[in-house]
Amino acid sequence: MKINDVILRTVTKAVVFIILTLGVYLFFAGHHAPGGGFIGGLVLASGIVLLYLAYDIETVHKGMPFDFKKVAALGVLLATGTAVGSLFFDVPFLTQTHTYIDVPIFGKMGFSTVTIFEAGVALTVVGVVVTIILSISEDE
Amino acid sequence: MSNIIVLPLIVPVITAILLVFMRENVLLQRIITLLTLVFVTIISIVLLMEIQVQGVMRIDFSGWLPPFGISFVADSFAVLLVLVANIVAAICLLYAIFTIGERYEKMYFYSFALLMIAGVNGSFLTGDIFNLFVCFEVMLLASYALIALGGEKVQLREALKYVLINIVASWIFLVALAFLYGTVGTLNMAHISVRVMETGNDPLITTVALIFLIVFSLKAGLLLFFWLPGSYSVPPTAIAALFAALLTKVGIYALVRTFTLLFTNNTEVTHTVLGVMAGLTIIAGCMGALAGRDVRTIASYNVLIGVGFIVAGLAIGTESALQGVTYYLMHDMVAKAMLFLAVGMMIYLTGETVIDKMSGLIRNYPVFGWMFFIVMCSLAGIPPLSGFLGKVLIGQGAIEGGNFVLLGLGFLSSLVVLYSLLRIFLSSFFGETIISLEDEKPLPRRVELPVILLALCTIALGIGAEWISPYITDAAETLHTPSIYIDAVLDGAKWQGEVNE
Repeated sequence: MKINDVILRTVTKAVVFIILTLGVYLFFAGHHAPGGGFIGGLVLASGIVLLYLAYDIETVHKGMPFDFKKVAALGVLLATGTAVGSLFFDVPFLTQTHTYIDVPIFGKMGFSTVTIFEAGVALTVVGVVVTIILSISEDE
Repeated sequence: MSNIIVLPLIVPVITAILLVFMRENVLLQRIITLLTLVFVTIISIVLLMEIQVQGVMRIDFSGWLPPFGISFVADSFAVLLVLVANIVAAICLLYAIFTIGERYEKMYFYSFALLMIAGVNGSFLTGDIFNLFVCFEVMLLASYALIALGGEKVQLREALKYVLINIVASWIFLVALAFLYGTVGTLNMAHISVRVMETGNDPLITTVALIFLIVFSLKAGLLLFFWLPGSYSVPPTAIAALFAALLTKVGIYALVRTFTLLFTNNTEVTHTVLGVMAGLTIIAGCMGALAGRDVRTIASYNVLIGVGFIVAGLAIGTESALQGVTYYLMHDMVAKAMLFLAVGMMIYLTGETVIDKMSGLIRNYPVFGWMFFIVMCSLAGIPPLSGFLGKVLIGQGAIEGGNFVLLGLGFLSSLVVLYSLLRIFLSSFFGETIISLEDEKPLPRRVELPVILLALCTIALGIGAEWISPYITDAAETLHTPSIYIDAVLDGAKWQGEVNE
């Protein structure tokens, strides 16, 4: 039986962008305020899962042709990479650093290696959550 | 600051992740896996040498000083175990390369194995008890995947039991950690030790110690071993050998650390309980090994006898007993891996698991037959193989400490080990061969190689005891005198003073 999911699909089209924006906002907010890679990643993943719910797996895969296992692996690689990076500068393992750079238009902005680490965390969370949801839905 | 300490944890993690991207290229996966383990082995040798010069070493992650940050602490005991664990893992994975088949290799087998080894190395090296929990989980999660990999019905059944029992154990671990933090207000192991000593004979701390005892007993297969024989006999040989060699040893390591460093105040209670549990484990393991007719069951119960024997050494707790514990832990990793590989090969060659249905294997496969003979002698503790010295040292400790019951049980268990394995040897290797030349499955030299390498390891551990003994002595001294470890972590009196304020 085909269910009529026109409302779901229409709402999804708009809401997914809001969710993804919230995810990115939480990710960057996490540097000084509540948020961060894990929470941002979870929100991003929930947006993607909503897409999977509203459309079928094939359609979403056409738009996002990623293997989410590899997304998770890439995330771990990023996170461990920044941790190991500290070894090459002869400082203790996991040491993070930050600096301020003058960027045109935006002015003085802080850049930190923690953000790369957090990006790794976020990618891992997105990859793992989507992989779990997909593998549960596959064996029906 | 010495970043080298973190390499045994982080290098396998990174290569495990890299292997995910090389899923289709099996050859490259094999090469990278072996190179990683060889690299970690070399690192641990370097680390061991450094420790003899500098004393106990530590690295504070991100520069956060203990007791506030998380540190990795390398003393001889931990690094010796890392060293042997990685050699054994390399040899087991060599066996996996030859036998496990592409289906496993493409299902991220090497990634999971490397992650498990990373967890094992992390558990040995960490100086923070919450981090120990995390490393335990890394190791266990990888082992859940490994035990179920292949997806056969028995595997899933045993994996379910294994996962449930370990989740319960991890939950108790977490509760114990909460109690501990609530009682002493710190998670750094050296700092806990200082605080516990200050508090004195507090019943609350003894209770927490006993909860930790339950947790680690579940993980080590000490008395609470009901899950062990089942889950160690379902995965493929190479994985079972890795489990038998490494997983229970990490539990024993945690027991040794907790009851030599953290909870040293009320030894009448804790060490007596440990002694009783060790004795019961030895007895139960012996009964299982004597009653078993299945080679895998006999091998699994032999793991338990080993666990009981090592913990008996811990319960005795004198310095020579602790030397014996260190030495026997190293021996047991090598010998148990070898036993499980040998048993797996027997099953592969004959297609049978019951000992009465195999016969005369030594006529068809002479080298393999003699390898089984070596592992039998090694486990029974016949000199000059590696089992001998550990037993002597623990025995010596038992006499010094006056623990004659444990002494008797320990040495009787050696006889049972010898008998149970001799039974396999006589019934399956000697006697009329039942495999005709046409039916004989070929056993390529390269499949025998890992077992031969392990045999060389056990011989080297036995004959090279003189050369290894300085490291063992140092390890036991650090275990027996917690202040060496504490001073190294908390930078001596300066830190202790500030901490106390």
